[in-house]
Amino acid sequence: MYRYDQYDQRMQQERITQFRDQTRRFLAGELENSQFLPLRLQNGLYVQRLAPMLRVAIPYGCLSARQLRKLAHIARHYDKGYGHFSTRQNIQFNWPKLPEVPDILAELLEVEMHANQTSGNCIRNTTTDQFAGVSPHEIEDSRPWCEIIRQWSTFHPEFAHLPRKFKIAVCGTEHDQAATQVHDIGLYIVKSFTGDIGFQVLVGGGLGRTPVIGQVIRDFLPWEHLLTYLDAIVRIYNQEGRRDNKYKARIKILVKELGVDVFRAKVEAEWLHSKDGPATLTAEEFKRCKAFFVDPAYETLTDNDATFDAKQRSDIRFHNWNERNVRAHKKPGYRIVTLCLKATGSSPGDLSAEQMEFVADLADRYSFGELRVTHEQNLVLTDVKLADLPALYDALQREHLATPYTGLLNDIVCCPGGDFCSLANAKSIPIAEAIQRRFDDYDVQKKIGDITINISGCMNACGHHHVGNIGILGVDKKGEEFYQVALGGSSDRQTALGKVLGPSFAQEEMPDVIDKVLQVYLARREGNERFIDTYNRIGIEPFQEHVYAKAD
Amino acid sequence: MPRLIDTLGNVVDNAWDLLPKDATLDQAKASAAKLVIVACQLWLAEKAALLSTGKTFGVWLDSNETAGEIAGDLSLLPLVALNFPTFMDGRAYSTAALLREHYDYEGEIRAIGDVLRDQLFFMKRCGFTSFNLKDSVKLEDAQKALKDFSTTYASTVEEPVPLFRRRAM
Repeated sequence: MYRYDQYDQRMQQERITQFRDQTRRFLAGELENSQFLPLRLQNGLYVQRLAPMLRVAIPYGCLSARQLRKLAHIARHYDKGYGHFSTRQNIQFNWPKLPEVPDILAELLEVEMHANQTSGNCIRNTTTDQFAGVSPHEIEDSRPWCEIIRQWSTFHPEFAHLPRKFKIAVCGTEHDQAATQVHDIGLYIVKSFTGDIGFQVLVGGGLGRTPVIGQVIRDFLPWEHLLTYLDAIVRIYNQEGRRDNKYKARIKILVKELGVDVFRAKVEAEWLHSKDGPATLTAEEFKRCKAFFVDPAYETLTDNDATFDAKQRSDIRFHNWNERNVRAHKKPGYRIVTLCLKATGSSPGDLSAEQMEFVADLADRYSFGELRVTHEQNLVLTDVKLADLPALYDALQREHLATPYTGLLNDIVCCPGGDFCSLANAKSIPIAEAIQRRFDDYDVQKKIGDITINISGCMNACGHHHVGNIGILGVDKKGEEFYQVALGGSSDRQTALGKVLGPSFAQEEMPDVIDKVLQVYLARREGNERFIDTYNRIGIEPFQEHVYAKAD
Repeated sequence: MPRLIDTLGNVVDNAWDLLPKDATLDQAKASAAKLVIVACQLWLAEKAALLSTGKTFGVWLDSNETAGEIAGDLSLLPLVALNFPTFMDGRAYSTAALLREHYDYEGEIRAIGDVLRDQLFFMKRCGFTSFNLKDSVKLEDAQKALKDFSTTYASTVEEPVPLFRRRAM
């Protein structure tokens, strides 16, 4: 993991000192609410329906056991004993007290964490694939690049008051697990035929009120030009992005209004001024950042183990868990383990302080003390020995963290919704729970196979409903909560936006609606087709016919 | 009367008369000051007439006006003022950086409008050299704010060499 040096440490300390003073001035009435608002947002602090909410960055999803213990401490000491992992590789605390937030930030700094720019009209936490560095199918480890971008974007003086929020994702794997194409800037790491690293650059993707898939503005940007090119894009956006209407202020609208070719020409012209200038990356800096992400002390192992095999034969639940939650690792004898935080009856992505400490202990014991946070709101132990899987499973089972649903129906991505969020039009957690209860059976889920359900409580789309195979959006109709269903979304290399099925449904109808959608899929699927494949083949009509069929 | 400070936080005398957007050529001529800041549109429309008055002019750009509009005239202008209609409107940070980096402008760049304490450090980093503080801002707060951070990661006007290169030195 990246470790702070004297500069990182000092700037973070200065940030806390600054925010402590801003909070003091606000509480003393010296700073108007409207003036404090963007300052607190850029330090991660929202004011929610019931209390303030603090969003802490987990930069590109990398988390150490030590940091997770600190999060547990914060949850217990400053909050109500739990935290919520969001869809942007952040963790949110729902009950901090405003005057205590600077103290929380100081506690975070003790473990080299922060809440910088996790909200507000600035460059947000850069996200990436949760399996970066351990996946067997990797073009290049994205973490050093994410760290380089994190530093560039942190307290960038020119870009602290953009027209709107700005999100960057980096993907270094063949299979995109970072939803790269629905970010303001998406960066695919590519290698030229000579083996040189570069980036394919996409701009103008995004979800929210107007979902758009990003468009390529450069096929191959040699790595040393990464920051000057990003500077050029964001500068054009800062100058020309709309500021008259917050719903039209994202870069996707600018790119759409100008057309991608005009936008590209502007960026390239701007870039000529800074290209090869002092912000050009150096091999030395890349080496420095890469050195923080070296392999842990892996043992030389074969890729089989008798204890594991025996457990596979004797324990069907272990077998199921292994099938869904355990993935291949780049090193023989190691596996990547997902902890699916979607146990039925718990809010998706929530973890109690006790569970955090428990997971931190497991990470220390079984995974070199390192974890990842995923944008599907799960946790990952990146480096578990095959031989340790049985013991790890037994331990997880005891804490109800062995839910074998990764990538299945019940692995629902869901925003906090109307239960917490002041922006929401409707609740989302109860919908997730009702669906999970209906299908809470491994065999049923296995029969359905790979599928994503995403639920957002409003147009802002924190639950990424546009890119769920089944997307559910909470809408307000004359003060009542209804749910619109869309089908066919996906956020991988073949990113697609879901298509609305038809008129929305009442909350209590939702499990039946999902059931009917799945009935069509199961009846029409050919061979091993995934839900999304069947949908792409047969289109939305058969689903509409069945779901909206009049009762006899 | 708003107070004016420089990048070190020193209060400096303001000899410039800042004219509003709708000011006319006659009003510019009638200004008692020798140094007059006029809006971009007046400057572009009446450049020759203004220069013939013998006064010295600066130009102020609103946040929707770009550095490019006065690029050809920068050698005539010892001062460019950039307006923040609200502190949330961040366009002027880029405008200041563009004036310095693209057009090599070496004159004074003054922040005017909604100039508050908590943005001063970032303004300074982007190439602003003087700050017309809003009345509500305490002078000693503003002086502190200019030193909120000891450095910046990214390459900036004030320190073009980014931190990653300085780290390696």
